[in-house]
Amino acid sequence: MAEAGAASPAVHTVQLAKRYGATVALAGLSMTVPRGEVFGFLGPNGAGKTTAVKLLLGLARPSRGEAMLLGAPVGDRQARRRVGYLPELFRYQGWLRAAEVLGLHCRLARLPRSGWGDAIRDALALVGLAERGQDRVQTFSKGMQQRLGLGVALLGRPALVFLDEPTSALDPVGRHDVRTIVSGLRDRGTTVFLNSHLLSEVEQICDRVAVVDHGRVVAEGRLQEMLAGDVVRVRCSDLRVEQLPELSRFGALTLRDGVLVAERLAQDLVPDLVASLVGLGARIHQVEPGRRSLEEHFLTLLRQP
Amino acid sequence: MSATWVIARLTVRELVRRRLVLALVLLTAVVIGLTGWGFARVPGLHDHGQPLTAGEARTVAAELLLLVMFMFSFVLALTCAFLAAPAIAQDLESGVALALLARPLRRAELLLGRWLGLVASAVVYTVLASTAELLVVALTTGYVPRQPLQAEAALCVEGVCLLTLVLGLSTRLATVTGAVVAVIAFGATWMGGVAGAFGQVFNNAPIRDVGTVTHLLLPTDGMWRAATFSLEPAVFASQAAQHAGAGAFQSASGPTVAYLAWVAAWLVVVLAAALWSFQRREA
Repeated sequence: MAEAGAASPAVHTVQLAKRYGATVALAGLSMTVPRGEVFGFLGPNGAGKTTAVKLLLGLARPSRGEAMLLGAPVGDRQARRRVGYLPELFRYQGWLRAAEVLGLHCRLARLPRSGWGDAIRDALALVGLAERGQDRVQTFSKGMQQRLGLGVALLGRPALVFLDEPTSALDPVGRHDVRTIVSGLRDRGTTVFLNSHLLSEVEQICDRVAVVDHGRVVAEGRLQEMLAGDVVRVRCSDLRVEQLPELSRFGALTLRDGVLVAERLAQDLVPDLVASLVGLGARIHQVEPGRRSLEEHFLTLLRQP
Repeated sequence: MSATWVIARLTVRELVRRRLVLALVLLTAVVIGLTGWGFARVPGLHDHGQPLTAGEARTVAAELLLLVMFMFSFVLALTCAFLAAPAIAQDLESGVALALLARPLRRAELLLGRWLGLVASAVVYTVLASTAELLVVALTTGYVPRQPLQAEAALCVEGVCLLTLVLGLSTRLATVTGAVVAVIAFGATWMGGVAGAFGQVFNNAPIRDVGTVTHLLLPTDGMWRAATFSLEPAVFASQAAQHAGAGAFQSASGPTVAYLAWVAAWLVVVLAAALWSFQRREA
């Protein structure tokens, strides 16, 4: 039987808003996440990212607006059977064994009973806990509990997975493992909604991103297109921020930690820029043409008035 | 298997693993043992140098049994308060609820599952502990209450009433706060019941009404008095009736059908209010 709403986006919101008294947590979120993509949801602390995830999962009630998951209104139980969630605050019953936690979620997710054993084994193996299935969760480190949470989220091969800061407690090996898992999810057509502060991580694995600030989407699009454009980084010394206006003909320039970044600068103007810098008394250590990083773009967006 | 049943089973397993329950079971066994030792000495007591007759011994045993059962009632109330208070609050505070509620699980199923698990645990404890105590008293003194099953049922309902209230509080209040509020409410209701009994003795309508109102607001003392009526010898009830009232450990009459219907309705309304509150609580 064809999956209901298969042609619809994985996530679609229209003016989704949330107020807590006088505080506006989400001012009107409108966005669309196509199916099968890894979607990065970015924003500074307090931008409304976790609130948005909670609204999408029916854990909080919107003040206004609407949202659809997998073609069904938020809260639809059939749709929620196909959704996995790793909360930022991941806590599971410490007195249960890891396999029992997964068994509990197999029951609650209403997976076919005949598949529970395989689903639990697969989830434990996927997150690197195959040998710890019979250990109680309270004996796990924070990182291992986050791995378990990822296993819980991926039980039963959901069509859509929300990962809220999925690597916050993981070491570099764990982070690499998560990137590999997320890439594997994309390969099998699972939509991943990734809420993360780690921009380098997002840059490595996301197809599309939305940047949210003060409860609104300030930029959304495919990552490749968002970061398109030439960027030149000049590592230099003896240059002061007050001197930058004298270089205004080279476009938007930022100076931070001894690195001057010129965005969207044509490559044939690079020698002119270097000459001008030398003319201002700066000492040039390195000139590196390249693509803008997500962090640079993120900071530019958030500094816009 | 329904989600409610899954949560109920999880709740029972969770309770069994808690040290509070282990301590409760062990201490209950110790108390039953000690009271058995005491009750075994009742038939050998003397009054003015004369050994008690069998009837006198049973009367003394009945009075002591009411005291012991009041202690069980109090322990049951405390246990229900401290077991039910974290049932929802702790899941919300710790974040466990986030993963559970993201599943196709209705909040009603989570709340009812918690309630069923708590009710089952409270009923099993009450029935086992009170049956053991009544058996010990019967074997050592020969005293058998008139309506032991009704007494146990009344104690169970008392516990269920309190844990239902605490579960409702748990949807809004932090664990410790909910438990403390419930214990205070239980104590105040008991005091209200005692005041009402004195109001009846002295034929003082306002004070008597205090008892009536507290029995309606929180039926724990009402059900305790139903239990005492079932546990006490008939002579106690007739004495209480002759004196137009009763103290803290006597009842002149059993609960009326209307009052039992009120208790049933109270349970439904409080449970519905708990659900309404939980539906509006954000995870």
